[in-house]
Amino acid sequence: MRRIISVLLENEPGALSRVVGLFSQRNYNIETLTVAPTEDETLSRLTVTTTGSDKVIEQITKQLNKLIEVVKLVDLTEGSHIERELMLVKLKATGSQRAEIKRTVDIFRGQIVDVTSSVYTVQLAGNSEKLDGFIQAVGTSGVLEVVRTGVSGIARGEKVLSL
Amino acid sequence: MELLSGADMLIRSLQDEGIENIYGYPGGAALHIYDALFRQDKVKHILVRHEQAAVHMADGYARATGKPGTVLVTSGPGATNTITGIATAFMDSIPMVVLCGQVASSLIGEDAFQETDMIGVSRPVVKHNLSVRHPQDIPEIIRKAYYIASTGRPGPVVVDIPKDMTSPNERYEYVYPKKVKLRSYNPAIRGHAGQIKKAVDMMLAARRPVIYAGGGVILGKATEQLTELTRLLGYPLTNTLMGIGCYPCSDKQHLGWLGMHGTYEANMAMHHSDLILAVGARFDDRVTNATEKFCPGARIIHIDIDPASISKTVEADVPIVGPVDAVLKEMLSLVKSAKTEPDAEALASWWKQIDEWRAFHGMRYETSPEVIKPQEVVEMLSRLTKGEAFVASDVGQHQMFAAQYYKFDRPNRWINSGGLGTMGFGFPAAMGVKLTHPDDEVLCITGEGSIQMNIQELSTCKQYDIPVKIINLNNQALGMVKQWQDMNYESRHSQSYMESLPDFIKLVEAYGHVGMRIDRKEDLEPKLKEALAMKDKLVFIDIYVDRFEHVYPMQVARGSMKDMWLSKTERV
Ligand SMILES: Cc1ncc(C[n+]2csc(CCOP(=O)(O)OP(=O)(O)O)c2C)c(N)n1
Ligand SMILES: [Mg+2]
Repeated sequence: MRRIISVLLENEPGALSRVVGLFSQRNYNIETLTVAPTEDETLSRLTVTTTGSDKVIEQITKQLNKLIEVVKLVDLTEGSHIERELMLVKLKATGSQRAEIKRTVDIFRGQIVDVTSSVYTVQLAGNSEKLDGFIQAVGTSGVLEVVRTGVSGIARGEKVLSL
Repeated sequence: MELLSGADMLIRSLQDEGIENIYGYPGGAALHIYDALFRQDKVKHILVRHEQAAVHMADGYARATGKPGTVLVTSGPGATNTITGIATAFMDSIPMVVLCGQVASSLIGEDAFQETDMIGVSRPVVKHNLSVRHPQDIPEIIRKAYYIASTGRPGPVVVDIPKDMTSPNERYEYVYPKKVKLRSYNPAIRGHAGQIKKAVDMMLAARRPVIYAGGGVILGKATEQLTELTRLLGYPLTNTLMGIGCYPCSDKQHLGWLGMHGTYEANMAMHHSDLILAVGARFDDRVTNATEKFCPGARIIHIDIDPASISKTVEADVPIVGPVDAVLKEMLSLVKSAKTEPDAEALASWWKQIDEWRAFHGMRYETSPEVIKPQEVVEMLSRLTKGEAFVASDVGQHQMFAAQYYKFDRPNRWINSGGLGTMGFGFPAAMGVKLTHPDDEVLCITGEGSIQMNIQELSTCKQYDIPVKIINLNNQALGMVKQWQDMNYESRHSQSYMESLPDFIKLVEAYGHVGMRIDRKEDLEPKLKEALAMKDKLVFIDIYVDRFEHVYPMQVARGSMKDMWLSKTERV
């Protein structure tokens, strides 16, 4: 099953490589990984999406917790949560394609953030399935370049992941 | 206010940490530190002949004393030479701090002479590693390193020290911190009371219980609590290879050790049990055999300081995260105050069954009138040293024989690389033990393959006068490899012969020690006695043993706990 694990990590050199190293060392999957400092500059927030059986996921969270620099973590998929990913896509856009693409971008509530005579650059945020859906809708043949940030997530309601 | 250079701060920190011996080897990036070492006499440095041996020495010291060992090496090759030793300590959760020189911080990343990314290289085999970025941080980093290495589930910690951090020209205020606090590191200090209560209820209701104890009992200094609880309950106990000594081997409730080369009765009792109390053990594959066939009728209580060890390979019914001594203590008081007692009748018939299993195999082996059997050498050593020696072993058949036939009644005396299985470990580990236990008998039971992996340390022993006894169970082969080839590859002995062995006697004599060869059975006892009587000499006893012997019992690969070979021809 796919899981989103959110981690508060000491914002120290080398901490991220320990997390990444753990996944490869123990043969766990990483599908996406995002990391950035938080409002507290001593902490980074890291989000990793992974897949595995319940037993594997349990091991992943336990092994992550064992890393000295991991302060706290939560498996967001255990409760209701919001997940978002940002995507920038360059699309071939000439002639009649231009209007068609514009419509699709509107349907997906994206924005065209850069334009040339033959290319649109589209920005789109949402969960990963929505981003996949957009690519499918415009068709891979017109896609020149895709860049995705990977998933970030947060729990719904009052629950917070903090010190 | 005291102003010290980084190098002096480092050595002062070691002094303030109470470190007496460090093991190491100098080189460019560590020279400021070695100079600081020279200008004091509290911390004693043992110069080895290969950095790997320095780590095994520190490791042997740590296993025998329960205190963290310390290593000092230079950057690059000095640092990379420690990796096997660090991995060995990591797999067996041994507390240790490894101080590594590094090229100056301005050169890092430039492929400077003797630059290796030691933080990166060591990452998968350390509990943690730390780099020094400002000289004034050295005292705190050293305090942190020892704190992390020796608390919770212990393990090795590497500290990477760029040369400019130890420069004699810059001085800083020195204060050694009394305490460190890490917000992200809080090992459990007691187990969950509800879980403990639940476990005790299950334990008292069990009909075919068995206690399965591991190295965590020794590391967690819980042998007293474990022994008291086991005796109070009257339950059978088996321990892992790493747990040897956590409960007296000579006691009737002790079934020997379990797993791949465990006793018949221990493996049978595990397989047929209805309740397993696992204490400081990790259900390693050398213990469980095929996990899907593991102990089908047993419910499992698992106590461990490391939550990640619980339900990693075998699912626990009652997990208890906490220090084993504290948890066992709580269990003891609950058992003492409990209104129910174990079912005496069920327990009696369980013991009757176990005694039948015990009688069935009984660790028998065939003896011969001419050939010396490795098992009988170990049995004799056990008798001659009254089971009280420290025994370090290497890896192979001799290791299994040592573990099977030496009767340990105390913890911290059996010193072996269980998790990584590192040939070359035994001799330097024995040296580390002997240096701090000069009045105790320290044996290294090894093979002619393993001993050659760190034999250069004979020179260190000469320099520091370290009179260990090396018992070389010489079967003229990489015996354990050969046994597997006999059993699984129709005796095709690919690269498992030792075709040109050195004359070990001449070799040890060249290093200034005493060598002794035993190849006749009638010489065995008198010569061993003679060797052991030379208290202040390192004696290398080269014993020609049966070249064809196998280690039994041996679990059948991918079988259950109870599927075993008992000899070359009997399979149960
Ligand atoms: C460093 C290392 N290399 C290889 C092995 C694989 N190995 C395990 S036992 C063994 C043979 C050991 O031979 P010896 O020391 O003579 O002991 P014996 O089995 O003959 O008693 C080997 C090669 C190992 N455990 N460690
Ligand atoms: Mg051999």
